[in-house]
Amino acid sequence: MTLRLWFAIPLLVFALFVAAVLWRLADPPSTIVETRLVGQPLPPFATAPIVPGKAPVTSAELTAARQPRLVNLFASWCVPCIAEAPVLADLRRQGVRIDGIAIRDTSADLLKFLRDNGDGYDRIGGDANGQAQIALGASGVPESFLVDGGGVIRYHHVGAIMPQDREQVLAEWRKLR
Amino acid sequence: MIAEAGLAALWLAAALALLQLGVAFAGPRIGGVRAIAVPAAVAQGLLTLFAFAALITLFVRTDLSVQLVAANSHSLKPFIYRFAGAWGNHEGSMLLWVTVLAVAGAALALLERRLPLDTIRATLGAQAALALGFFGFLLIASNPFARLNPAPPEGQGLNPLLQDPGLAFHPPTLYLGYVGLSVAFSLAVGALITRDVGPALARAMRPGVLGAWVLLTLGITAGSYWAYYELGWGGWWFWDPVENASLMPWLAATALLHSINVLAARGGLRAWTIMLAVVAFSMSMVGTFLVRSGILTSVHSFAVDPRRGTFILGLLVVYVGGALALFAWRIGTVREGACFNLVSREGALVANNLLLSVILGTVFVGTLYPIFVEALTGEKISVGPPYFNAVSGPLVLLLAVLLFVGPLLNWRIDRRPVLRRTIAPALVAVAALVATVALGPMSLLSRLGLSVAAGLTVASILPLIGRNLRRTPLATWGMALSHFGVAVAVAGAACDSAFTRETLTAVRPGESASVGPWTIRFAGVDPVAGPNWTAVQGHLVATRGATRNLFEPESRAFSDPQTQTNEAAIRTYLDGQLYTVLGRQESDGRWQLRLWWKPFVTLIWLGGSLIALGGTLALIGRWWRGWRQRVRAREAWA
Repeated sequence: MTLRLWFAIPLLVFALFVAAVLWRLADPPSTIVETRLVGQPLPPFATAPIVPGKAPVTSAELTAARQPRLVNLFASWCVPCIAEAPVLADLRRQGVRIDGIAIRDTSADLLKFLRDNGDGYDRIGGDANGQAQIALGASGVPESFLVDGGGVIRYHHVGAIMPQDREQVLAEWRKLR
Repeated sequence: MIAEAGLAALWLAAALALLQLGVAFAGPRIGGVRAIAVPAAVAQGLLTLFAFAALITLFVRTDLSVQLVAANSHSLKPFIYRFAGAWGNHEGSMLLWVTVLAVAGAALALLERRLPLDTIRATLGAQAALALGFFGFLLIASNPFARLNPAPPEGQGLNPLLQDPGLAFHPPTLYLGYVGLSVAFSLAVGALITRDVGPALARAMRPGVLGAWVLLTLGITAGSYWAYYELGWGGWWFWDPVENASLMPWLAATALLHSINVLAARGGLRAWTIMLAVVAFSMSMVGTFLVRSGILTSVHSFAVDPRRGTFILGLLVVYVGGALALFAWRIGTVREGACFNLVSREGALVANNLLLSVILGTVFVGTLYPIFVEALTGEKISVGPPYFNAVSGPLVLLLAVLLFVGPLLNWRIDRRPVLRRTIAPALVAVAALVATVALGPMSLLSRLGLSVAAGLTVASILPLIGRNLRRTPLATWGMALSHFGVAVAVAGAACDSAFTRETLTAVRPGESASVGPWTIRFAGVDPVAGPNWTAVQGHLVATRGATRNLFEPESRAFSDPQTQTNEAAIRTYLDGQLYTVLGRQESDGRWQLRLWWKPFVTLIWLGGSLIALGGTLALIGRWWRGWRQRVRAREAWA
């Protein structure tokens, strides 16, 4: 009889499979996928100085900073970034400290962008060949990451932070303080 | 008219399946099989072939009054893709599935003469039950011949990723393999019903399993190469759920193929072989279910529909659940097989089976783990290549090491100093391991992979040494060739992970980039147009020493439906492949380029093909032997 029970194991495994699948069919998964980087430490990356007088952004400094940061990936050639700029300025007034990573940009274009749209960035690093962008797993510009004092990503915003997103970003920011 | 004829053929075939099922379990014992079940099975095969030919005709003619054609085809499509489009969609692929199932059933009914009549009868009944369920699924939930009124002026096209010569052969090959395993499944169920498990059953199973396994091997190898060049990601295996869905039946079939030999030669491993026969086809059905239901999201989810998923799940519960329940209930009463010593061919084959089963379990758990975790904790996770590589890599190497010794052992017990015969491959493996140190830093797994591959290259020839080669059975040659193929594939995979160089860059026309030993100058881009797409074609001049080649990767935009794909430009050299992908243009006018130099990567698919070729040799050899024996027996009788 003990032998018989062994032979039922495949049947039990299959029953488990059916149960899990039935549950999944009854409750289809949501299509919103949270980025896998949330909850993860910042992947190592470095950027180059691009704006005179502003330090570049590196994962090492963000990790050692002991205070949270909003890391914003943007570019002077990116139209949604222009739309995002006033919201970032507003967030800055609310006390959000923002670092920028300029993707595939030139110093001259960037200075013009900052003159036209305001400059709320504490630090700006240039990412000439998109290596930082790839390290962060960002698919385009703009994208933003909230990083806590220990360098762990706590929130990932894909696309421009628009006025309707302001409250959520602020709420996430206050959680980190 | 063609569509209606195809549909009628399917209904008729379904009715015949019902008849065959009835005869198998309630009809006259002797006359029922020969007079009704066998002709019914053959007629089903012919009718479904007719229906499948009808669907292909509709696609080739682009008959837009048929819903399936209108949804998936386009009159501008090149002929080959109109043809292959017939199975590049849900309904068509299910019709292909059913056709293969019915043809396999017909072949089983026509060719199997060695088994006792009762087992044949029960087996044909099981095959009819399988066919009936899938006919039902096709006719009720996925009618490929449904009409559309009024007919649209133009079709909607086919997913551009699927507009590739690979599509013409990859799914049918895999399906032939998947569904070919149904024969072993039905034989196992038949044998469980009559409690008649023995060498005769193994011999009856072997050709079907061997043939299905060869096709699965080819299908997976082709699929891997298709993903490699079509997706433009530079990888050859992504542990994607759908890839895993094709790998799992292959692993089970590989284990089955080896355990069948124990059952055929020695009458051992009865319960285990029966279980593998059930599991192999069950994995095929689970694979189809995973692909068709959208339960797991994947790059391959071309056809996703939860309602159909529920239907297939119902079929799965009946067939897999039924067969496994029958197994649990009956197998304890099957007579035990012959005993054997641990150091014997059987012992080695048991080790092979255990390792393959552990890999199968690993892949199964890894593929379904996200569903379980989400069901229990609500947390979304994904299981990626690191898990699969870390677990299956060492197991594959252990399997390969086992191949050093296994094929040299005698049946039942081996008291000869076998290890002495493996000194040569072991020395080669150690020498290769030392040599890899000179090649620079690489992962331990790659290092061991290269070493084991070198050793196995030698070891795979050993079973042929000391034999009279002219009298060596073709099946033995096939085994040696397949095992050599394993060595080649392992070497390719190890080279790919150890030596691949990758460059990701953005360049202006006239600028250069380098990858590995190659310097690649970006000459510029040109617009080009195909039958139903337009593209930007990059011109890259790659130079290495005196070698100078033009690469023209494309970024294609398809018009119907609007989609973008990357056509990698790949060139194979004796020592590797150069793989180039043209990405998007950036705001500043530079073009993204992805370049890979992949030394000896082609060995992966060469190895896969050699494994399949070995299987083919074995299949031909066994068939030839069987035929000669029958001829001799007839002569002796006369």
